[in-house]
Amino acid sequence: MPTNKSVSKAPITQFVNCRILRDHKLQREDLWVREGRILDPEKLFFDEEGYADQRVDCEGLIIAPGFIDVQINGGYGIDFSQATSNVRGGVALVAKKILEHGVTSFLPTLVTSPPNIYHKVGTTSTPVLSTCPVSHHCCHLEGPFISLEKKGAHPEQYLRSFQSGGMLDLIETYGTLDNVAMVTLAPELPNSEKVVRELAQRGITVSLGHSVANLSQAEEAVQNGASFITHLFNAMLPFHHRDPGIVGLLTSDQVPQDRTVFYGMIADGIHTNSAALRIAHRAHPTGLVLVTDAITAMGLPPGRHTLGQQVIEIQGLHAYVAGTKTLSGSIATMDMCVRHFKQASGCSVEQALEAASLHPAQLLGITRCKGTLDYGADADLVLLDDAINVRATYIAGQEVWRK
Amino acid sequence: MKLIILNDYDQVGEWAAKYIRNKIINFNPGPDRFFILGLPTGGTPLGCYKKLIEFYKKGEISFKYVKTFNMDEYVGIPRNHPESYHSFMWNNLFKHIDIKSENTHILDGNAANLVEECDSFEEKIKAAGGIDLFVGGIGPDGHIAFNEPGSSLLSRTRVKTLAQDTILANARFFDGDLSKVPTMALTVGVATVMDAREVMILITGVHKAFALYKAIEEGVNHMWTVSAFQQHPQTVFVCDEDATLELRVKTVKYFRGMMHVHNKLVDPLPPK
Repeated sequence: MPTNKSVSKAPITQFVNCRILRDHKLQREDLWVREGRILDPEKLFFDEEGYADQRVDCEGLIIAPGFIDVQINGGYGIDFSQATSNVRGGVALVAKKILEHGVTSFLPTLVTSPPNIYHKVGTTSTPVLSTCPVSHHCCHLEGPFISLEKKGAHPEQYLRSFQSGGMLDLIETYGTLDNVAMVTLAPELPNSEKVVRELAQRGITVSLGHSVANLSQAEEAVQNGASFITHLFNAMLPFHHRDPGIVGLLTSDQVPQDRTVFYGMIADGIHTNSAALRIAHRAHPTGLVLVTDAITAMGLPPGRHTLGQQVIEIQGLHAYVAGTKTLSGSIATMDMCVRHFKQASGCSVEQALEAASLHPAQLLGITRCKGTLDYGADADLVLLDDAINVRATYIAGQEVWRK
Repeated sequence: MKLIILNDYDQVGEWAAKYIRNKIINFNPGPDRFFILGLPTGGTPLGCYKKLIEFYKKGEISFKYVKTFNMDEYVGIPRNHPESYHSFMWNNLFKHIDIKSENTHILDGNAANLVEECDSFEEKIKAAGGIDLFVGGIGPDGHIAFNEPGSSLLSRTRVKTLAQDTILANARFFDGDLSKVPTMALTVGVATVMDAREVMILITGVHKAFALYKAIEEGVNHMWTVSAFQQHPQTVFVCDEDATLELRVKTVKYFRGMMHVHNKLVDPLPPK
């Protein structure tokens, strides 16, 4: 028990026999947690004359900050873009299941949908309660202000442009921006500049994607506040040596000094060729953010499944439109993406783990409480072995899943 | 004085740690009978601390009934600064062993009244019953703790301005930037250490050789404050080969000849 209890009477947990990811290195240090946050043990010792109430033996495992998935469309039969009778329950179910993959925070992603879906799903989400905005209450709106040419699997009839001048279109479509953490849009759409600026000013991350923008259009959007690229390489113009398009942002010299352009990578070995992954990583390693872009079928067993209007067939790591060889989306899990990324890029364990934790937290501007094991951060943890298999997951210092 | 001459830095650390271990075990501390240990910081005792941690992890020793008093602390740097002596002790010893915070004492270089802080430190040592074993190092200028050349051999815990030599020696801990090194420190006095029932000084490396020569082969002199321990009834100097390079061959041969006797002090003790 803390002997002078001058700061808090709450119990203290000490994780021992572990290697923690801190300052970009795996270090043999104990991790201390109190009241759901990482505690400074030196301060505890000298100021409070305290010590641990409970020790957890990690048996040599790695402790990393919990993974953060900023693009996930559903899973386990749940589709975030569907207005079911129990939206909150659906999100909660996915939130619980993806703990097995080490994901402790995520942005439920809504693909291009009619306004009534946004209005229904948006108002059902509970308002943000914690001081830190990424829980599963904040969403990523991918569309509908995207390019017709690069719509991918998004329904064409619901695509929109900024005809009313910008923000009006957004409010009309989305209803409210209260629970929105990120918006993906195509910056070449007329009137997008004002939208990008306004969203960025409100603290909403603006991401470029599903777009045929050239490099200067993309750079202008970044200067106006855009900071992310939605699933790099997919749904954008391919790299061309005289106009690299959005991909060129990775090495652009027009990005303001104090800012970083981050980019999402679906590193499942299917949606991006390993050589392309390596090119992006080597060009701009500190901006790489691993995302799953997982669809409803993720987590379901192999075989046929009817999901909404579609019949999907799962074979191994692939999900096809049934009866065809057309990919219907990603069923990757985040831990699998981290493992594949490490193996394909040859990066270190620390870099692979940071691509799924620190970088998304930096992107969303929440590193004060997520994505790190710094003192004061939320104790959302993932325990892994050296092969990066998830062994246990903790949220706010409480164990929520164990293998 | 016993002069223990070993081959290298690692052996010095191991011998010293075993000596401390045996002292504590033989003392047989308990809830109303604490073993009071004085401790140094710096590069020299690191090896000794690593070994003590090893002995603790093997179950050979416990710090549950040990109280510690550190020699010194810088004035004016935050307690959690990576180079503060609080940080040093936490990272290199306290966090690895079973010592309770209330049994550790380190001078507070950020106290509102530094003189009061020093006086109260002396009171705490008295209240604990005095120091059983004070472990220390030696500076290249022969100082013990921050008792720089010219410090009174009768000095007590007080505020000291650091000598240029000391600031230079410490620069390596502050990115080599002299302007970042603190210029004042709180330190126990020479007499404070002399009051301990036993004193053990660790000296390693050729850059300490001249100071060792001055400390044990020349007279007691306030310019080489470690020389004061020539007048302490129970002092052990533990050094490596390199540190003996300025001593007379006769001195070295004499004490090397006693090693078979002195090594008995660090033999593993029979289990209770």
